[in-house]
Amino acid sequence: MTESSTSKLLNGDSCHRTANGKKAARNGFVKNHCLFQQQQQLQKYRRTKEKSQHVSRNAALYNKPFVESFEETPLLVAVLTYMGYGILTIFGYLRDFLRQWKIEKCHIAREREEQKDFVPLYQDFENFYTRNLYMRIRDNWNRPICSVPGARMDLVERVTHDYNWTFEHTGRVIKDVINMGSYNYLGFAENIGTCSDAATKATLQYGVGVNSTRHEMGNLDKHVELENLVARFLGVEASMAFGMGFATNSMNIPALTGKGCLILSDELNHASLVLGARLSGSTIRVFKHNNMQSLEKLLRDAIVHGQPRTHRPWKKILILVEGIYSMEGSIVRLPEVIALKKKYKAYLYLDEAHSIGALGPRARGVVDYFGLDPRDVDIMMGTFTKSFGAAGGYIGGKKELIDYLRTHSHSAVYATSISPPVAQQIITSMKCIMGEDGTNLGRDRLRQLAENTTYFRRRLQESGFIIYGNEDSPVVPLMLYMPAKIGAFGREMLKRNIGTVVVGFPATPIIESRARLCVSAAHTREMLDTALNAISEVGDLLQLKYSRHRRPSPLEEAALFLESQE
Amino acid sequence: MDVKNMREYLGWLYYQYLLVTGIYVLEPWEKSIFNAVLVTMVAMVIYTSYVFVPIHVRLALQFFSGLCGGQHESTMTLMNWGGPIISSHHPATN
Repeated sequence: MTESSTSKLLNGDSCHRTANGKKAARNGFVKNHCLFQQQQQLQKYRRTKEKSQHVSRNAALYNKPFVESFEETPLLVAVLTYMGYGILTIFGYLRDFLRQWKIEKCHIAREREEQKDFVPLYQDFENFYTRNLYMRIRDNWNRPICSVPGARMDLVERVTHDYNWTFEHTGRVIKDVINMGSYNYLGFAENIGTCSDAATKATLQYGVGVNSTRHEMGNLDKHVELENLVARFLGVEASMAFGMGFATNSMNIPALTGKGCLILSDELNHASLVLGARLSGSTIRVFKHNNMQSLEKLLRDAIVHGQPRTHRPWKKILILVEGIYSMEGSIVRLPEVIALKKKYKAYLYLDEAHSIGALGPRARGVVDYFGLDPRDVDIMMGTFTKSFGAAGGYIGGKKELIDYLRTHSHSAVYATSISPPVAQQIITSMKCIMGEDGTNLGRDRLRQLAENTTYFRRRLQESGFIIYGNEDSPVVPLMLYMPAKIGAFGREMLKRNIGTVVVGFPATPIIESRARLCVSAAHTREMLDTALNAISEVGDLLQLKYSRHRRPSPLEEAALFLESQE
Repeated sequence: MDVKNMREYLGWLYYQYLLVTGIYVLEPWEKSIFNAVLVTMVAMVIYTSYVFVPIHVRLALQFFSGLCGGQHESTMTLMNWGGPIISSHHPATN
């Protein structure tokens, strides 16, 4: 009932958009992942047909196929992962026992003798996990980089003699490690070229420090220029730039909502959004990841029942979503969210940290990717860290909103503004992306990123790994599952001169640990091939190829395609 | 040559065992403890099965063959005489 009325309204709203002949699906998209797998297993080679059936019930809103896959964990792998964690937990208890009884020296923080009778500080699971599991594979994180983190980087070599409690630098440097971990989507992290020349000139003119907050003496003309440029880039009325991306979220959401407001936040939102929502003091309700039915149910409940005890209407309802979720690689269903927001008169806060500059034909982010109007999104937030090779965050929207934030945001009033060379780097890279510097560099890089993403994802899926996420997202999570394989993968990849980021608990659910690979426009085809061969080799060595979907080889796909044309 | 391949393969199998059980991340003395405990348990299982399984199997075979043999006898008598129903005598008549 809900869905049919929604789709009627949505189809009415979107009648100006050309629905290019997609059939309305019979099944909902959300539960379709299981169906997708069953269909694949039943009709193993019907891939081209399945792609066109793979649409949501609101198919008319999307102008291109929205293909996401989150393959289920194989049961045997899940059982073995739990068993592995169980064994490591037993050994963790053994080591804690030895430390408690002073048989072994304790390297980690512990309470002092006088504090032993107070509430214990280090007994919870997080600390247990850090002491006994994280420390054992700690050499995969915090690796010091001693060059610019572009497509290739140099790492400082470290050895440990006491099993990762302390590290020593040998003095050697591991050179030209292929960088699959940096968020360098458009390749602007470089120390040669127009961006760095312009940044050098800005340093010579302004110095590096700003020495004041934005309110007092920290408002340089570079900042005004930057903000005008960002507003033009996004297609909004005005924008404001802040020194730190995390602080943009956590300091501005409290300025926008307060007590008596409702925040609807996605399950897998970033820590900065969660922190900002909690600091604001509003009521927070969580909807399932990217699940529009869950969001709609929450909206309806909120409007019908109002605030918890008094049943008064909510002052504001704010929906917090991200453009690309970096741990899953999934893209938000923006057309449906905007339709819901318009229907129920809520506000939308879109965090485009990973998607700005990386998605869309003109690199304007997820709004451009779906072909929507930027004026529909009330608050467009993003960061300059990922695609622009700088640091900081911005918020864009209507002029009244930005004027309000200039006076009421904590970050604007108390935090230092962006440093001049960083601001100049953002200005130069943004002009390059928009094509205003007179070269084709921006366009070439965008095209290169899209090609690299498609190629990389296709090759990885053909090799047989389980890859999460949307087919167009440059963030590629590769599932590892078992705790020992987290450490083994990181170390084996470094032996083959490739730097990767592996993630485990608590950033991911406990059995779903993964390696997060980021594709960049600076990677050439040869680099990607080297990386893919190494990943495949390590996958065979560690038995990581869990996927049960067999993709047909290119020859078979061509045969299928010709067959479907007849 | 074959011995070398075999040794490599066994080494790879041991590596998989280390990865799947999670022992890979532990220090060598912890690995030794775990391996010792596991080997002890497997040895105990093998010893128990060597000592007790033949006896149990033989007893089970006796029980089941006695049951089936006894039943066959009673049905045969029923079919031969065909008259009044003869109650089947107990199978363990030896």
